[in-house]
Amino acid sequence: MQIDYYIYLSLALFCIGIVGVLTRRNAIIIFMCIELMLNAVNLLLVAFSKMHHLKNAAVNASAGSDGQLFVFFIMVVAAAEVSVGLAIIVMMYRNIHSVDINFLNRLKH
Amino acid sequence: MKNALELSYLVPLFPLIGFLIIGLGRKYLSKSLTGIIGSGVILFSFLISVWIFFQVKEGNSGTIEYFNFISAGSLKIPFSFQVDALSSLFLLIITGVGFLIHVYSASYMNHESKDHFARYFSYLNLFVFSMLLLVMGGNFVILFIGWEGVGLCSYLLIGYWFKNTEYNYAARKAFVMNRIGDLAFLIAIFMIIAKVGSVNFGDVFSAEGLQKLSPSATVITLLLFVGAAGKSAQIPLYTWLPDAMAGPTPVSALIHAATMVTAGIYMIARSNLLYSLSEVTSNIVAYIGLATALLAATIALKQNDIKKVLAYSTVSQLGYMFLALGVGAYTAAVFHVMTHAFFKALLFLGSGSVIHAMSGEQDIRNMGGLSKKLKVTFFTFTIGCIAIAGIPPFSGFFSKDAILLSAFEKNPMLYGIALFTALLTAFYMFRLLFVTFTGKFRGTQEQEHHLHESPALMTMPLIILAVLSIIGGFVGIPEVFAKGGDKITEFLSPVIAKHEGHEVSHSTEYMLMGLSTGLVILTIVFAWSRFKNYQPKEEKGFGKVLENKWYVDELYDKVIVNPLNRLAGFLNNFFERFIIDGIVNGVGRAVNYGSRQLRLMQSGQVGSYVLLMVLSILLLLVYQFFIKK
Repeated sequence: MQIDYYIYLSLALFCIGIVGVLTRRNAIIIFMCIELMLNAVNLLLVAFSKMHHLKNAAVNASAGSDGQLFVFFIMVVAAAEVSVGLAIIVMMYRNIHSVDINFLNRLKH
Repeated sequence: MKNALELSYLVPLFPLIGFLIIGLGRKYLSKSLTGIIGSGVILFSFLISVWIFFQVKEGNSGTIEYFNFISAGSLKIPFSFQVDALSSLFLLIITGVGFLIHVYSASYMNHESKDHFARYFSYLNLFVFSMLLLVMGGNFVILFIGWEGVGLCSYLLIGYWFKNTEYNYAARKAFVMNRIGDLAFLIAIFMIIAKVGSVNFGDVFSAEGLQKLSPSATVITLLLFVGAAGKSAQIPLYTWLPDAMAGPTPVSALIHAATMVTAGIYMIARSNLLYSLSEVTSNIVAYIGLATALLAATIALKQNDIKKVLAYSTVSQLGYMFLALGVGAYTAAVFHVMTHAFFKALLFLGSGSVIHAMSGEQDIRNMGGLSKKLKVTFFTFTIGCIAIAGIPPFSGFFSKDAILLSAFEKNPMLYGIALFTALLTAFYMFRLLFVTFTGKFRGTQEQEHHLHESPALMTMPLIILAVLSIIGGFVGIPEVFAKGGDKITEFLSPVIAKHEGHEVSHSTEYMLMGLSTGLVILTIVFAWSRFKNYQPKEEKGFGKVLENKWYVDELYDKVIVNPLNRLAGFLNNFFERFIIDGIVNGVGRAVNYGSRQLRLMQSGQVGSYVLLMVLSILLLLVYQFFIKK
């Protein structure tokens, strides 16, 4: 199996994430798009570590596991971020009855 | 070289200590204590100078290095003193005459309040310290430190009565004119460093150093001469010296007659080997000196301020010394410095005594007939006048004759003008004497009532200086009178090469002496007939031009001072206001405007921030992968 396909897939996912973040105004959807970008990177990490150590894997079962381990870190951080972020969004909704990010441009005043 | 001369640092150290004690303790020391300390330290210096003089006379001379003063790369400037014939002679003059003037000052300045009195003495001690540094310095840099020090003290002492605005202007004028010369001197030092790589007299005046300097000798010597002209009041930088008479009279005697103004002559005499490399400079020095001597002498003819006459006389005599330097008679110049120090200090102190008796009056038109009341002053003043006029066997005769003879050897025309100047000198000095001391008293009743001889503290220095003015010339009796009589040339020969054998025959020499002496006596008789019963009258025509000093000050105002002031005004009004302020304010305004524009980017729209972020990352990627090699 070629690495190219993985790269194309992650690239597509990442671009979808970026476009989502740029175009949508709903905070929850923006969150989801950020998750999408993170997972695109996760996918790439796993793919690279697997493919890079393909030959060693036959000899040593744990070869290339460090790249995959890294994915867990990212997942944990993302989960933590989501919990904080969702809490902020809930507070925001309570105060202004909306999750539109453009309503919250008044920090400068 | 470890030798007894190492102690010579004590000579300038004493006045420095005196300056510190008096300067710091001016609120606590009593007047008499100040006077004793101030004069005492100079006396100590004088005693050590005498000891050094005898050491040098026995052939013990040299350069003493104390510590490394400046060291940068290959350039090393040590703090060193040069103790040899030339500097030891100057040491004697400075500390000897200086001591007498300090003693005189203690009485003359007695009516000043306590701390001003102490201020005066501290400046005076600082001056002596700087002057000693100047003549003892073993290289051009130490010399320059002293050079600047005496300039500063001169400024401080001219402006001693600082509540008088005119006096402050006079002080400022002296300082600025000296600065012009100092700049040229400084450039000359830099050039010497560039050429020789050292400023030590020993290196610069060695055969090797002179060889390196010889291609640019004319430029360097001319620059040095500009420096000397500033300090020693030569054309065109002489106008500060007459104005410097604003200072107290003993200051005029010490600084503006006997010592500081001779610094230029000392410097050129010290660099005599360098000067003999350049014919052009020597000629310029001679002609400028002669022109100054003549110009100042003509101005002195019609001055009515007793100190102004002496001031112009000083300028004229300094011109004489430069003439001597220019024709290569360095010894004669130094000899004249010495005798001039005696009789000019005497004349100035005598005029101080007159001013003292007249309660501050300086205009000789309001004097007259003072000989009856001021017997000692009159007597000593007369001796001073005879000495400066150059009648044998008074000291002025020998030194002036040496200069005239050297001028004659060089060019009879120089001799003619110099002789004419000598006659003018005799004329105006005896005019001063007769107008002041003979005839009827022309002042107010009150002044006449107040007339008195000065106290002993003031007359004693006068008497000592008078004796020196009489006998001071005997160290340089011309060879025609006595074989081996010219002791000063012999003494100075290690520093200033003796030039062997006079070109003129003995009979010519006798004739020249007889001519000058005869003419001087005739001039004095003429002055006697004109001024024995002097009555002031309005000057007309040429006399008025002379009385107004050839309008040189007015000319300088028109040509230099006013255009400079206008230029400064223009720069202030236009350049400063529009260009400098424009740049400063413009920078401020540009930052203000720019930040107001940049502020618009901070819209608070999260989307736009993210877009910018993405675009920037894209840019970085493009740069990373496609542009950067």
